[in-house]
Amino acid sequence: MAIEIKMPALSPTMEEGTLAKWLVKEGDNVTAGDILAEIETDKATMEFEAVDEGTVGKILIEEGAENVAVGTVIAMLAEEGEDASSIEAPAATPEESESKPADEEKPASASSAEIMTKDQPKPKKADPEIPPGTNMVSATVREALRDAMAEEMRLDERVFVMGEEVAEYQGAYKVTQDLLAEFGPKRVIDTPITEYGFAGIGTGAAMGGLRPVVEFMTFNFAMQAIDHIINSAAKTNYMSGGQMRCPVVFRGPNGAASRVGAQHSQNYAPWYSAVPGLIVIAPYDASDAKGLLKAAIRCEDPVVFLENELIYGKSFELAQLDDHVLPIGKARTMREGNDVTIVSYSIGVGLALEAAEKLAEDGIDAEVIDLRTIRPLDREAVLESLAKTNRLIIAEEGFPQCSVAAEIQAICMEDGFDHLDAPVLRVCNEDVPLPYAANLEKMALIDSDRIIAAVKKVCYVD
Amino acid sequence: MAKASASSTSGKSGRSSTGKKPEAQPDNAGDNFELRSLQDSFEKDKTYKASEDELLGFYKQMLLIRRFEERAGQLYGLGYIGGFCHLYIGQEAVAVGIQSALEVGKDSVITGYRDHGHMLAYGIDPKIIMAELTGRQAGISHGKGGSMHMFSTEKGFYGGHGIVGAQVPLGAGLAFAHQYNEDGGLCATYFGDGASNQGQVYETFNMASLWNLPIIFIVENNQYAMGTSVKRSSAETEFYRRGTAFRIPGMKVNGMDVLEVHQATQIAADHVRSGKGPVLMELETYRYRGHSMSDPAKYRTREEVQGVRDKSDPIEKAKAYLIEMGYDEEKLKQIDKDIRAQVAEAADFAENSPEPEASELYTDVLVGNY
Repeated sequence: MAIEIKMPALSPTMEEGTLAKWLVKEGDNVTAGDILAEIETDKATMEFEAVDEGTVGKILIEEGAENVAVGTVIAMLAEEGEDASSIEAPAATPEESESKPADEEKPASASSAEIMTKDQPKPKKADPEIPPGTNMVSATVREALRDAMAEEMRLDERVFVMGEEVAEYQGAYKVTQDLLAEFGPKRVIDTPITEYGFAGIGTGAAMGGLRPVVEFMTFNFAMQAIDHIINSAAKTNYMSGGQMRCPVVFRGPNGAASRVGAQHSQNYAPWYSAVPGLIVIAPYDASDAKGLLKAAIRCEDPVVFLENELIYGKSFELAQLDDHVLPIGKARTMREGNDVTIVSYSIGVGLALEAAEKLAEDGIDAEVIDLRTIRPLDREAVLESLAKTNRLIIAEEGFPQCSVAAEIQAICMEDGFDHLDAPVLRVCNEDVPLPYAANLEKMALIDSDRIIAAVKKVCYVD
Repeated sequence: MAKASASSTSGKSGRSSTGKKPEAQPDNAGDNFELRSLQDSFEKDKTYKASEDELLGFYKQMLLIRRFEERAGQLYGLGYIGGFCHLYIGQEAVAVGIQSALEVGKDSVITGYRDHGHMLAYGIDPKIIMAELTGRQAGISHGKGGSMHMFSTEKGFYGGHGIVGAQVPLGAGLAFAHQYNEDGGLCATYFGDGASNQGQVYETFNMASLWNLPIIFIVENNQYAMGTSVKRSSAETEFYRRGTAFRIPGMKVNGMDVLEVHQATQIAADHVRSGKGPVLMELETYRYRGHSMSDPAKYRTREEVQGVRDKSDPIEKAKAYLIEMGYDEEKLKQIDKDIRAQVAEAADFAENSPEPEASELYTDVLVGNY
């Protein structure tokens, strides 16, 4: 049977083109790969190759023809044993009679898909009860993080830690202290200063079935590695139809430290929280640091775990439990209150609590919500608290534009509008690169006074 | 970049008992000792002595890739395949020669976006590859990956990566897992002459050599990084030498001869499996088609392409070997016919199977439910 040669689409967007030149004539023998014609698209002139073997029977579109629609039969090819001269042109105009299957069935719209599966039931999650009589100890965030890694390494041979200065130096911020002594160089691995490379190796090791904990000395340096966090780790499960998981944890200090200047002082929570396929966790106290890091290491998904240098050394009460694991995706009410809600995460939670204490002196009863997980965000916790207090502000140590605060404002406006008695305000850092000078740095960063001022504003006092 | 602390406790610490590099040789050893040793042993006998059955297997696989890719190009032209589509035509001997020297079920493989040929070389059903190209539910990624993002962890094939060079550290991570698990496997990590100029490749060379990872770095040098020839992009065009600064031995191999590719891979794999660390192989090859379907390929002449097709085609070369061995030419014609039929069946399947269910939009974003 004769083969129809159709006007090809030579780019993802081409709909028609000019048949600039035929490089074969009727009666020529062609084999696969021979160039048949030159076709002009709006972008370039392209060569069009034969895919099949045969003899050129009829040329149906003369060279020079413009606006030839993709799919139009431009020539006929006779196969071996066929008489090329007897081939006739096809009866119907094929581009009309033969529509592509992809066009026939339009995919169902996203809105109907949403109804089908987007809102699959979430498990009802709560922090596990601490049994009465449990011994409470004082621990720093640094110790809590180290203990979380050590416990998980004892439980699961696949877990290992890699990063700059994590082993022999005991961690640039001493978070990995003593791990080398207990687990040895096979599982506590010093890397060269090569973020892009070792983030890729950690991601690949996770794809190969291990459970890497990749430490960035700070998340500022992870910008060199962000391609692997986003393009390699976050997307592969989806692109592989669920075949290839990537259970890696990227962790390290995030946000402003102290007097280290603009390149070393940035909060990346809003960046990573914009990426489907990632889990983003940013704990505040020692209990959450430990319980959530353990959960992150056990998690089948890639996790970005954002710590804060300024709270590494802070001590908190920590329950002495054999296995302290907390739920990912669940916010925590740090302080109950009735007049106003302050939503925050990471270092901002401490400032929010400080503000709440001072506000109490003025007779304002503030509720403080710690998001803990930034992605997936616990929308319900935010909206429930808003429904109770009717006023909400967000305190975030980070830039204001496209911030987590902006996202919370959108959630309140979209889904909590009827509960609002005042506009939702955000208290963020100033919108400037963080300066070095002590006075300017202080001016640029959020503090409890600014949180108090915003609360008073939404409460319409002062 | 200021790191938090200044103190440097330098010096290599072998990661594991097997992870120690041999002591550094005197400076004048340069390129002469182990860095050349693999090339030297390859030069002694470059052609793998394949049995007729083996050679026939290579021939069939290469022909399947060729016919499959031609058909994919055709389906692209007809609008069944969208987006980017990078064909492997001309480079068939590389994937087939290397894969046949690896151990399926033990070794792992990773490559860039020009991945259909690799998928076929690892024995994955052409139907589900073609259905992925057309974006159908039956595709290997349920239509959510497309041409550049295909995977088969079952066969040890880890993709299919769209960011140029990203697969190189990922491959070292897979090799790291082989070493960590002591499973005896290695990772074959493919990348192009274009990716060879990405910085992360050298970050990876450094760590792979430092830690003696079981990895074969494979540069598929098809002469053009999109439209830029190696001479216009690369200060050192002998890519196999680029591991020298990291003490990685290099091998230069004719990537248009499947038997040479197989032979060289065996030498490289033996070296890696004996715990001596990575090898860098450069396979000189050529792509007949444009970089992607929308490449007019004006950066090279028609004569240049035709010259390679006439003189060095890998499939014609294998065919010549078979005929030399006394294989019946008529049977080869039948093989061609059978493969055409197989590809036509795959294309029919890919054209006619349904698009993904709307519910697939939300599946596999995350594994857990939070």
